[in-house]
Amino acid sequence: MITLSTKPLTERVEAVGGLVDMAAYENAGGYEAARQAITKSEPEAVQGLVKDADLRGRGGAGFPTGVKWGFVPKGDAAGPGHKYLVCNADEMEPGTFKDRYLMEMDPHLLIEGMLIAAFAIGADKAYIFLRGEYHESFKRLSSALADATEKGYVGRNVFGSDFSVDLVIHRSGGRYICGEETALLNALEGKRGQPRTKPPFPPASGAWGRPTIVNNVETLCNVPGILRNGVDWFRDLGIGNDSGTKLYGVSGRVNRPGLWELPIGTTIREIIEEHAGGMQEGYKLRGILPGGASTDFLTVEHLDLPMDYGSIQAAGSRMGTGTMILMDDSVCPVAISINLQHFFAQESCGFCTPCREGLPWLEQLLIDIEEGRGQPGDLELLDGNAAFIGAPGNTFCLHATGAMEPLLSALRYFREDFEAHIESGGCPYRERGH
Amino acid sequence: MATIVVDGVEFEVDEGQNLLHACLSQGLELPYFCWHPSLGSVGACRQCAVIQYADADDTRGRLTMACMTPAKDGTRISIQTETAKQFRASVIEWLMENHPHDCPVCEEGGECHLQDMTVMTGHIQRRYRGRKRTFENQYLGPFLNHEMNRCITCYRCVRFYNDYAGGTDLQAFGSRDRMYFGRTTDGVLENEFSGNLIEVCPTGVFTDKPFSESYTRKWDLSSAPSICAGCAVGCNTFVSERYGRLQRVHNRYHGELNGYFLCDRGRFGAGFVNSTDRIEHVGERVEDDLFDVLDGEVGIAKLAEMIRQGDVVGIGSPRASLETNVALKTLVGEAQFCTGMSSAEESLVDLIIQTQRATSADIPSLSDVESADAVLILGEDVLNTAPRVALALRQTVRNRALNLAGEAGIPQWQDAGVSSHAQGRLNPLFIASVLPSGIDDIAADLAHDVPLNLADCGFAIAACIGEASGSEPGFVRKAAAALRSAQNPLIVSGTSTRTRAIVEAAGAVVAALESAGKVPRLLLVAPEANSFGSGLIGGGLDMNAALQRVASGSTKTLIVAENDIFRRAERERVEQALCTVENLVVLDSLDTPTASLASLVFPAATFAESTGTFVNYETRAQRFYSVFEPRNAIAPSWRWLAQAATDAGRDDLGWRHVDDVLEAVAASPNMAGVRAVAPDAGYLGSSLCKTPRETPRFSGRTAMNANVNIHEPKTSVDEETPLSFSMEGLNRDQPSALLPFVWAPGWNSNQSVFKFQQEIGGAAAGGDPGVRLLASGSIGTMPARSASVRSDGGGVDTGFRLIPVQAIFGSDELSSRSPPVVERSSAAFMIFSPMDAERLGAAQGMGVSCSVLGATFAVTVDAAMKSGYVGVSVGFTGAEGELPDGLIALAVDPNYRPTPNPNDRVIARG
Repeated sequence: MITLSTKPLTERVEAVGGLVDMAAYENAGGYEAARQAITKSEPEAVQGLVKDADLRGRGGAGFPTGVKWGFVPKGDAAGPGHKYLVCNADEMEPGTFKDRYLMEMDPHLLIEGMLIAAFAIGADKAYIFLRGEYHESFKRLSSALADATEKGYVGRNVFGSDFSVDLVIHRSGGRYICGEETALLNALEGKRGQPRTKPPFPPASGAWGRPTIVNNVETLCNVPGILRNGVDWFRDLGIGNDSGTKLYGVSGRVNRPGLWELPIGTTIREIIEEHAGGMQEGYKLRGILPGGASTDFLTVEHLDLPMDYGSIQAAGSRMGTGTMILMDDSVCPVAISINLQHFFAQESCGFCTPCREGLPWLEQLLIDIEEGRGQPGDLELLDGNAAFIGAPGNTFCLHATGAMEPLLSALRYFREDFEAHIESGGCPYRERGH
Repeated sequence: MATIVVDGVEFEVDEGQNLLHACLSQGLELPYFCWHPSLGSVGACRQCAVIQYADADDTRGRLTMACMTPAKDGTRISIQTETAKQFRASVIEWLMENHPHDCPVCEEGGECHLQDMTVMTGHIQRRYRGRKRTFENQYLGPFLNHEMNRCITCYRCVRFYNDYAGGTDLQAFGSRDRMYFGRTTDGVLENEFSGNLIEVCPTGVFTDKPFSESYTRKWDLSSAPSICAGCAVGCNTFVSERYGRLQRVHNRYHGELNGYFLCDRGRFGAGFVNSTDRIEHVGERVEDDLFDVLDGEVGIAKLAEMIRQGDVVGIGSPRASLETNVALKTLVGEAQFCTGMSSAEESLVDLIIQTQRATSADIPSLSDVESADAVLILGEDVLNTAPRVALALRQTVRNRALNLAGEAGIPQWQDAGVSSHAQGRLNPLFIASVLPSGIDDIAADLAHDVPLNLADCGFAIAACIGEASGSEPGFVRKAAAALRSAQNPLIVSGTSTRTRAIVEAAGAVVAALESAGKVPRLLLVAPEANSFGSGLIGGGLDMNAALQRVASGSTKTLIVAENDIFRRAERERVEQALCTVENLVVLDSLDTPTASLASLVFPAATFAESTGTFVNYETRAQRFYSVFEPRNAIAPSWRWLAQAATDAGRDDLGWRHVDDVLEAVAASPNMAGVRAVAPDAGYLGSSLCKTPRETPRFSGRTAMNANVNIHEPKTSVDEETPLSFSMEGLNRDQPSALLPFVWAPGWNSNQSVFKFQQEIGGAAAGGDPGVRLLASGSIGTMPARSASVRSDGGGVDTGFRLIPVQAIFGSDELSSRSPPVVERSSAAFMIFSPMDAERLGAAQGMGVSCSVLGATFAVTVDAAMKSGYVGVSVGFTGAEGELPDGLIALAVDPNYRPTPNPNDRVIARG
């Protein structure tokens, strides 16, 4: 009786205790799933498995991967030319470092996942759009790619089959917005990194006007396991409604900040208290950004929520990348809002008005409040502007929507702090010496 | 059609359009910035937000951008709902964070779309407390000012300049709230359509530099509908005046012709009207370069005496109106009249007219050009001879993207989606030309050769179209295949190489396409505003014959109307004739080499001071109206001629007004249509009720001349036209030919143009102006291929064969005397093959002199130039002579000093 893995993403890294090279990866059964799929299966069958497994996008939006793959036109409907698979490895969400872990520790897992995905959608060109600052990931991926190419796993006639796919690692010039899939495609084409209009949607017309699937690193890394161990296994990995495992991370004043592969649906409390070792002594948890900087704050009352797409959404936030940032009681909510809004204002691509002009204004208002220049009415100004800027559809893409999620929720949950700043003409946290 | 509901009211709208387009078409007020009817929607500014409801029961709805939402049947929206209004006001508030409060000193003020939209949304109070961001501005050349602090980041400039006009040197730089629109460094904006940025920019980032030298608010300008005198396209313009000075030229929307855009020659080339070289008085020559000013009556009497004496030859002009040409022709008689074109030019224009009549292929309007799906350009450098055609051709090839988008279910107005899907795929355009051109970047394939070989190439394409598969070389076969498989193939050619065989070849390609069952179109270009008018009027003498006749001594008087003969024939021939004739009478607006030899000079009104008719390349007759009254003795040429003739006892030129001359014009062959071109002076039935040239807010008329005379001058009555020199009158519902400016309540900027259209981007409200004089359709026979004399190129020892090369800034006579165009022009130049340049000892930056032309030329080396031939800039001041045939000796000029680069002249940045 074979014991099936419960940590398909990280088990090899744990076993090896570091970088999983080609030999270690193959020893652990690596590339078998891709080999079987490409030499013995059909693209539709692979798509079907991923769809049935209910693998949802791990980049943050949670869109079902198999469904997305199904949007790629097949046969003559696709017209002549390339199809593209693009791995979104532009991991720039503040507080997030899960894709980096996978790429640095188990690069072959990503390559195998991309081989299977490319086969499933009929892509003959694949790109890894890699965050520019990820130097170590680039080194290790490049080395792994060279090994895989040498073995005939990437390139012409993969595993001796008719299927060929080129894989290119493209290092981003470095803008947060390039993590948005259409801005990523523009950047990949050498254009300004700003999001595209939809339609056309990338599966129909993406990179260079051709059918393109953009998937997150973690999403693609889940694919080999599904093929190897089956749909039921994957569905059973999850605790609640969602399937598989998830890389969860915690940063903030906890005893053991870090990253863990856990069943999707593990509660926030378990992640923080058991895996991250709970809060450091003397600090109390006040706010949780559950999935990166662009998600709404949750509070201690949400600790028992399972970290899955549906539960977190129902609580008014998003699971996002699943790597949470904790705010403790020594942190000024206004100051953290300034920090976040500075980031989003700076990373605005400058295309549409509310984001380009609205975010810097909000940052300035927050600075005024923090530095004692707040005026009565400023909170209403923040409320009104943030509501207009944040509503999906009011801006061209979701950058500003993401930016407003932590601000609107901070204004909701920590309003008394904002008010105290204005009333006292300064920051009470600074006065308390924090 | 689709039915949409806006604030509870049903409207029938065009289903293919977006909601913003639909709402504006219905006359609803909805503010916008980034959308432009010719550029489509991108959703950048978020200004046109409305509330969209899912169905009749939905009372909440959701905010959506009208420009990005299709006007589907059953769509329910609200413009007036409070949330939508607040959001739109917020967008203005966000834009105003950084927009300077410099409206009182901003040249856009009073016709600023941003001002209009700010007022429309009701944003009145500043809540932003931060500092405004500032930028350094750039020197962009003689046409445009740059004031980046005013930028609201709508992206219209780069979308027009790069995507629409093919420019490469204006870019969006930076990100977030530091977006910068400019060049990488200071320098002249290179694109030939840069001036449109003035009208495309919704605020005062790009403003009109020549206009700012004597700046006037829009409301203080007197304007009249006009026709550009820069080339044969005949773009419709608004020309504006103040203080007796032409102030600026703006685009006048024409649905079939220029649409929303002009070229820079047209926009900035009218400055010659204000030139200090204007002839303003009647002059009689007393000795070389010295004229006595005569009273007008005395001058007329002297001319009348000459007419009485007989033996008069008249030379008209393709840059003068039909009225002036017909007046001179009537005066001297057909047998003594020359159109004023060079002999070569005239025979080519005749050939064009003959070809256009013989073929059933339509002459395309520019909107027809844009609907073509395969194009062959044969030998014509349209970007330099008829620039607006080149801009239309850029849309022709880009329209492939619209077809692809249609197949992919992407709405055609969704500009960014359309182009990201098309990824630069273009309709096929094939260019066979002497030298590389400025639109080569959109060509599917190129062929460079000397003119006669280009003609051969054209004939080969014609032959190949008839065959299933040929053994022809790549270019020919590819072009033939593309044209044959197109729905609307278009052939473009013209006179610029002075080669008959090229025009004949263009005709042959069209004939071959017709035989293959296609419905091709044929666009043939001639150089000047009224070249086609002159061709249709015709004359008994061609230029060489006229000059020969004059030189033979049998002519007593030569009358030249608005023409510099030195541009029309070889120097020697002209000098011989002009020095032989007893009386040389010149009517012209500017001092020219011809005028300076005249015995009697009459000051002619320009297009801005007179009313007349030009015939464009489509044979579309179009009316330009005087914008202001000429100063001093200046009068339309036809009037001088008519008065002198009447004085001399003639009874057939007793014309008082331009409408009387027009009757005479209409009586000429082919000209019956001119009556219907535009309303006559009696349009509103009363000399007391006319269409005002001045705006309703015109100010200062009691004071503007107070430094001269404290009494307000009496407004002069314009008996010539349906327009008045005042603010009073009726300015509504007129035919579009009579629209003096666009302005609508709440819409002070040129964006108000949509209020003067039948539908947005469609025909002008009063109909697109102009009447086509010729219908194409198998009248006469297609000209046969003439036997061309084959001649080889030359070399350093034998001399070179000269090929004319046109330049948008420099080749045209009148615009070359407009200061900003002069600043933008290069020196007269010659283009050598690398081998010839080396043998001649010439290199870039050196000068080569040509004794036959009596001029020195800057050397340019181009690998595409065939050895033995030299491309020569034509029409440049000082080097304007007609190019001689034969082999011409050239030599390096050791004394030549290159003119400095205009960029080096920057002494201060904006």
